[in-house]
Formats: sequence, structure tokens, C-alpha cells
Amino acid sequence: MRKHLWIWQLVMLVVIFTAWQLLAQPDLLPPLVWENPNRASFFFGEPVKIFGVIWEWFTAGAIYQHLWVTLQETALAFVIGSALGLAFGLWLGLSPTASALFDPYITAVNAMPRVVLAPIFMVWFGLGIWSKVALGVTLVFFIVFFNVYQGVREVSPVVLNNTVMLGANRRQLLRYVYLPSATSWVFSSLHTAVGMAFVGAVVGEYLGSARGVGYLIQQAEGAFDINTVFAGILVLTAFALVLDFAVGRAERRLLVWRPAQSETEQL
Amino acid sequence: MTSAVEFDRVTVTFAPRAGAAPYTALKDVSLAIGDGEFVSVVGPTGCGKSTLLNIVAGLLKSSAGQLRVFGEPHTGINRRAGYMFQADALMPWRTALANVTAGLEFRGVARDEARRRGRDWLARVGLAGFEDLYPHQLSGGMRKRTALAQMLILDPQILLMDEPFSALDIQTRQLMENELLELWSANRKSVVFITHDLEEAISLSDRVVVLSAGPAAHPIGEFAIDLPRPRDVAEIRLTPRFIEMHDRIWHSMKEEVLRGYAQNRNRVMS
Repeated sequence: MRKHLWIWQLVMLVVIFTAWQLLAQPDLLPPLVWENPNRASFFFGEPVKIFGVIWEWFTAGAIYQHLWVTLQETALAFVIGSALGLAFGLWLGLSPTASALFDPYITAVNAMPRVVLAPIFMVWFGLGIWSKVALGVTLVFFIVFFNVYQGVREVSPVVLNNTVMLGANRRQLLRYVYLPSATSWVFSSLHTAVGMAFVGAVVGEYLGSARGVGYLIQQAEGAFDINTVFAGILVLTAFALVLDFAVGRAERRLLVWRPAQSETEQL
Repeated sequence: MTSAVEFDRVTVTFAPRAGAAPYTALKDVSLAIGDGEFVSVVGPTGCGKSTLLNIVAGLLKSSAGQLRVFGEPHTGINRRAGYMFQADALMPWRTALANVTAGLEFRGVARDEARRRGRDWLARVGLAGFEDLYPHQLSGGMRKRTALAQMLILDPQILLMDEPFSALDIQTRQLMENELLELWSANRKSVVFITHDLEEAISLSDRVVVLSAGPAAHPIGEFAIDLPRPRDVAEIRLTPRFIEMHDRIWHSMKEEVLRGYAQNRNRVMS
């Protein structure tokens, strides 16, 4: 069972979509809930038609520009948000005065539901990609910031003292100890951060844009085209999985120095 | 001859934490360590042995008294001292080689030159071929060797060692002690070696200093160790002279150890 887990996972997927199709397709089964046979398919769509839409998108090529826009927004939001979070985290982590001063504001801004900022960003940055990037940045920033802040404060005092005794000055300490230590914390929050950048991009597109997968979904919804909405959702899900996989690969390459749980390479 | 390190009535009092009284770790400590001398400091747990080292290193400031390094009053980080910590102090994100060369990099030594000397030192502590492994891939003993190379590559005049081998198993420990003696005798530095293990102290040192139980710890006895060198730490423990020394020092320590134990127990119970 465990050995061929992926086969079973695939079977599960097929079962889900088949059941969905059987229950939703008009006139296939005797009506269960609604008298009107078209109701189920109106509300829940039909997998066959959903995959038809996706096929159409990828073969005709209409989806690529939208995916590209969403990818750009996600990447920009992630990079800018992480860089800001890293810089602020290091600064506040190393300066008790600044940290004491900013503490209540950071708590307040973090507590605020940041999605409500989307309309403001739209006014500030227009309907192009930058309003979506800004929304993503506000989401990513805090995840990275809190991780780095915590990371800086939990740098091992022994490693720190040792580095001082080896002759490091303050700048070298930052570069040789605080930064690598903080980077490892950034990476441990990477999956969440990329996910958040993605959420920011899609929600931003959904709320007002001319391109992007979120825009496609919003358009289809306006026309009550439930199949296209589901098609958009499936494409987004697949896209998120690919991103997550890429992040996992990057993480493994950059954090080689961290002990893995099952590593038995001790010599 | 000027001493490498000289404590002149050094007192260390830690500022009180919220709700607690100030704690005096060391009181009126006067102690001199000669150039090229290997001195061990023993004492009961919690008596301020590490505080003593941190003062020499410059990681702590004394509250009163003076510390002289090669005759000159000293403040700030001691650039002439190398420090080997009890806990793992390697940078986990750097390979063994990069850890060893870190100190050279801080001093602006060219990369190629630093790497060449780093390889050389790793080979000298028996870690040739392990240059590119990260600390978590090394065993405890290998991490200690790396730390030793990391300290010695800078050629410090004073070596400060805070129970460096206490986390190792007894065989690895004796191996490391012998290697330390070998490296030390090739190029005699002043060593301040902190330990709670009297046998380790006697087998390594020229002189053993016994510290009283804290608070307000101070040296209560000094014993010159006249065992011949070169020594093998495992074999020397069986010689009659060693056993005699051990008995004498242990006698003077016993009372303090018991006192320290009682104090610790009271602290826990209250």
C-alpha cells in the first residue's frame, strides 16, 4: 500500500472527479435534490466541461499571458516582501530601542486584515500588476519579518562569542553570523511566504484587473460560467503545487548545512 | 619575567536581575599565569570558573581590580587570546574548512592563503579529507578538533579553554588531551584550562589552581605539578606521584565541593 501510494492517490483523484461528473451531469441519474435536471450542473459545473475549458486554454494559448502575469506578481511580491522583512527583522532584532518603539505598531498592522487594503492599493498603484504586488508584499512581509526577528534574537550566544573571539567586528558579525542565521529562518517560512504572495496576487486580480488568472475567474463568475470558474481554480491549484515544489528544491539546495531529520551520514 | 595574564584583586559582581540581589561571582582574585605555562583551574560547580575565563577574554568586564595582559592593563576583547568553549561554537552554516579559516578572513588574509593554512591545520588535528563537511555531519570529537584548529590557526599567545572536552566520551577525551599536549608542547603558549575534573587538570598542567565555592569565589590553593613531560594522560594517571598529588589536591578541595553542593541544594530548595 505505502509503496504504491501515488497510484492510490491518483485513483482517489479519478474517483472524486467521476463521482462529481455522475452527480452533476443532467439527466444521467434520476433527480436527487432538484426537480430541474440542469440545476446541479449550473451550481457545481461538470468536470468534463471544466477540463474542456482547460484544454482549450492551453491549446489555444490564451492562458499563458494570464499565468505569466500572476507568476510575475507572485515573484515580485515574494522578493520585495522577503527583502523588506529581512531588513526590518535584522534591524529591530539588533536594536532593542527600535524594537521597543515599533512593537505596538507592528502588532497593530499585523492584526489588521490586510486584504481590505486592496482597494487602497488599487487607487495608489492602478489596475496593473503593482497593486497586486503591494498586496502580496503586505502579506509576505510579516511572515518573514517575524521569523527573522525571532531568528536574530535566538542566535546562539556561544557561536556569537566564539565569532567575536575569532576577531569579528560588528559588520562581520552581521555578515557571518546574523545574516546566515536569519536566512535560515527566512527559508523555514518560505513555503508560507510564497503561498501568501500567491494569495495576494490572485485576490488582487480578482478585485480589479485586466489580466491574470484571478481576472479570468472574476470574468467567468460575472457570466455565471461555473465551469470556467472551476477551471481557473484548478489551474491555480496546479500552479501553486508547482511553486511549492520549486521552493522545496531551492530550500534543499540552500540549506545543505542544516541537519535533516533522517540523516545518517555521521562519521 | 612578566606574566602572560595577571589578575590583580579582580572582583566580578553581576547586576541584580529583577527582584534578586546582586551576585558576586569572583571576589579579590589575584592570580598570575606565566608565559608558556599550562594552568588548570578546578573548583566546585557554579563557582565562577567560566567567569574567570570570560574576564581574560574580555567578554565580561570586572567590577573592581585590574587584569594585566603581558604587563599591560587590559580592557575590551582580548586579541591575544583564543577561546575554546564548552558548548559547540562552530558556525553551523559553514563547512569545517570555512569555520577554521573564519578568523583569518576577519583579519583580511587572502582567500587562497587562508584556505591553504586552513587545510594544513585541519590535517594537523587529524581531519584531512573532512574539509567540506558541515558541523552536523561531524562527530562530537571531530567538532572539538575543528574548534581547536579554528583557535590555533590564529596563533594566539593565550589559550582559554572552558571544559572543552567535558562532553566527549572518556576514550575520545584522552585522545584529545594527548593531542592538545602535543600541539601545545610544539609551540608553548600560556593556557588557562578550566575543568571540574581533577585528574584531567593534573595530567595536563604545570600548575593547578583550586577555586573556592561561589559566591565570592577566590583561589584557595595552588599546586605545582612536577610530573615529567612529555606525558601520556592515560598512563600518567597510574603513577604513584600522580596519585599522591591527586590525594593532596582533592583533600583541599573536598570541603569546598561539599560547601558548593550544599549551597546549590539550598538554592534549589528555597
